[in-house]
Amino acid sequence: MSSTFEQIANIIAETCDIPRDTIKPESHAIDDLGIDSLDFLDIAFAIDKAFGIKMPLEKWTQEVNDGKATTEQYFVLKNLADRIDELVAAKNAGTGTASGS
Amino acid sequence: MQLEYFQLIDRIVDLNIGDKTIVVEADVPRTNTIFEGHFPGYPIMPGVLLTEAMAQSSGWLLLGLMKFERMPFLAMIKEAKMRGFVNPGEVLTIEAKVEHEGSGFAVTSAKVRVGKELKCSADLTFRHIPFPHPDLRVHMDAMAKKIGFPQQALTHD
Repeated sequence: MSSTFEQIANIIAETCDIPRDTIKPESHAIDDLGIDSLDFLDIAFAIDKAFGIKMPLEKWTQEVNDGKATTEQYFVLKNLADRIDELVAAKNAGTGTASGS
Repeated sequence: MQLEYFQLIDRIVDLNIGDKTIVVEADVPRTNTIFEGHFPGYPIMPGVLLTEAMAQSSGWLLLGLMKFERMPFLAMIKEAKMRGFVNPGEVLTIEAKVEHEGSGFAVTSAKVRVGKELKCSADLTFRHIPFPHPDLRVHMDAMAKKIGFPQQALTHD
């Protein structure tokens, strides 16, 4: 089974037509890969479906806007993979909703 | 339909909050200036308006699911296929279904039929946000009443 990062990278490459070999764990989805908010909706849809979760994009965005989090925490891909692993673990543990909200 | 006001849905036939589906009807007007240009001697409903009709149908479904607390806005159209001409005076039956509810967005699929004939289909993505202006909420409430939005559907958990 491929790693969470590998799955995310493949989704981004396919969804946004970005060469797969340019997508690194350290890549920032917005700053490095140039993914805009509309493309990110497509990515979120694909990730939600692939992992059976509901990524809490609104909560994350609010935290960034409120200065409680940085974009790096959610949009650097290795960090995004960690967040997704947490959501999947929460879902599998049956601890509330998979959205984390 | 009131094309001048971009009001493309005439009545809600069925809204199933549990199944996340909606069926609506829309009466294409027999005459309209749009048909004078689209096209002279061969009037047909523009595909862009059929797509908007699918979006508005999906929008009513999403409004119901969100209990009129948030307003959906069309963000993305995929796989839009115009499969046959729609003529003035025909009645559209539009079905929409929620395919995914994300955080701040939703994805639907929709189909337009005239009789049993499939005329067009599309996959649509919406962003949704709290109503950005009270006038919009008032307008949507009035429109809901006008097209027979089943208020009892909002009590569904």
